Amino acid sequence: MSGSLTAWGARHAQALLSSAGHLSRKPVATALTVIVMALALALPLALGVLVQNVQAVTGNFSDAIGLSVYLKPGTAEQRARQLVQVAASQRSVDHAELITSADALKEFRSDSGFGAALDALEDNPLPHLIVLRPKGDASPDEIESLRRYLQAWPEVDTVQLDSDWVRRYTAIMGLLHTLLVVAIVLLGAGVIAVVGNTIRLEILNRRAEIEVTKLVGGTNAFVRRPFLYTGALYGVVAGLLGWAVVTGTLMLLARPVARLAAAYGSRFELADPALREFALVVAGGALLGWLGAWLAASRELARIEPTAS
Amino acid sequence: MIRFEQVGKRYRNGHTALSGLSLEVAAGEMVFLTGRSGAGKSTVLKLIALLERPTRGTVVVNGAHTATLAASRIPAFRRQIGVVFQDHRLLMDRPVFDNVALPLVVTDTGLKEIDKRVRASLDQVGLLGRERVLPSELSVGEQQRVGIARALVSKPPLVIADEPTGNLDPGLARETLELFQRFNKVGVTLVIATHDLQLVQDSGLREIVLEAPADGAAKPADGARREPTL
Repeated sequence: MSGSLTAWGARHAQALLSSAGHLSRKPVATALTVIVMALALALPLALGVLVQNVQAVTGNFSDAIGLSVYLKPGTAEQRARQLVQVAASQRSVDHAELITSADALKEFRSDSGFGAALDALEDNPLPHLIVLRPKGDASPDEIESLRRYLQAWPEVDTVQLDSDWVRRYTAIMGLLHTLLVVAIVLLGAGVIAVVGNTIRLEILNRRAEIEVTKLVGGTNAFVRRPFLYTGALYGVVAGLLGWAVVTGTLMLLARPVARLAAAYGSRFELADPALREFALVVAGGALLGWLGAWLAASRELARIEPTAS
Repeated sequence: MIRFEQVGKRYRNGHTALSGLSLEVAAGEMVFLTGRSGAGKSTVLKLIALLERPTRGTVVVNGAHTATLAASRIPAFRRQIGVVFQDHRLLMDRPVFDNVALPLVVTDTGLKEIDKRVRASLDQVGLLGRERVLPSELSVGEQQRVGIARALVSKPPLVIADEPTGNLDPGLARETLELFQRFNKVGVTLVIATHDLQLVQDSGLREIVLEAPADGAAKPADGARREPTL
């Protein structure tokens, strides 16, 4: 029993080696197939990394639902300070803070890089701003009535509910996730089709060998085995290459992104695809390659039967 | 070992290769299958090896009814039959060893066992020591013997051969026949299709003569030897 198991293992090892041998004997065709597959695997991976990074750069504001109350231009700073006291005393308000137009201008000058342009302005164009943080247990209805109450003040220009942004952000992330799923499905189907066609041609090329193998009593499973290994090998190599393409692209982007982030006063860094993504793309490639080979082999091998002459 | 009862074979293109053929080959027998081109020799061999199924009648080989044998059991069925082709059907890009080993490889035989049996089989056909050679480096007669070694390596109880001496000179043809007779002596059943009538006569073995089905049916000249109709 263990003897036949060893033979079985040896047979699989031999099928794997012979598949690798067949691929290495026609490097150009193999390389072209692998490149097409690698790009098809790299695209969803890149999109996945993009989604991850968008989440990382924006994730910190998702817990900061608040109200921004912009006062009308020309409102006196003293009046603004009184209004903050009133706002802070509201039942559903946890905390209120005033950002005067002078503070806002200072911050804008240092962050935006438009310092020189601002110097050319005679007046400060920025309004006073009151930032309110509602109590944690405040219901959406309470926040909405607070918004309407503040909006009714004569000194108030607009009240911006941050939850609008959170809703939009959530919607955009949802869209990106849907796109990611669509990309995985479409490009995965593409990988299956590319492998399937390559394996189909390979089977036609080795028709004589397959006929003789069936003639001496080789089962369909036996004949199919090396082709499945070929498909899985294509997938693994393409997965590695696709991963390398995305990692290489991120390395190229690292400096420009760092410059851009610095310009915004942020220390944001691009996240590389982690070990989990690496394993996913390589295993996914192997699985898709195997599946494509299985589909092609099952279809083609049933049609090849030995003939006597 | 082989029994044909009123067997008819009509191909999809409408060509009738056999009609109403009955014949029997006992276990341990060695017989020749002769007849003009088109008389159905190849079809009979195809029906025995289950490369084709009969459209009418019954074909029983080694206890299996080939008309109804499940597709999943065909590989196991074929392992009981060694097949020798006129054009030998070797894989020209594989060394002699790999070619002969193929029937053992498909049954997951252990590597040591494969090595032992391939050498034994090559020894029997006089090609021991040529394992690593490619078939294209061998003569036609040697290639034919590699094909025979492949057919015999798994020790099948039945061997069928289609014109095994067709490409060989008379001396080599006689040697090949002697090789077959040696296997017959150890109990292998052999059916050999040939048009080499001299060879058949000299061997003194039973001959089944097929006639083209145009004049009714392919008829076997069963029983004792009979003068070929040519």
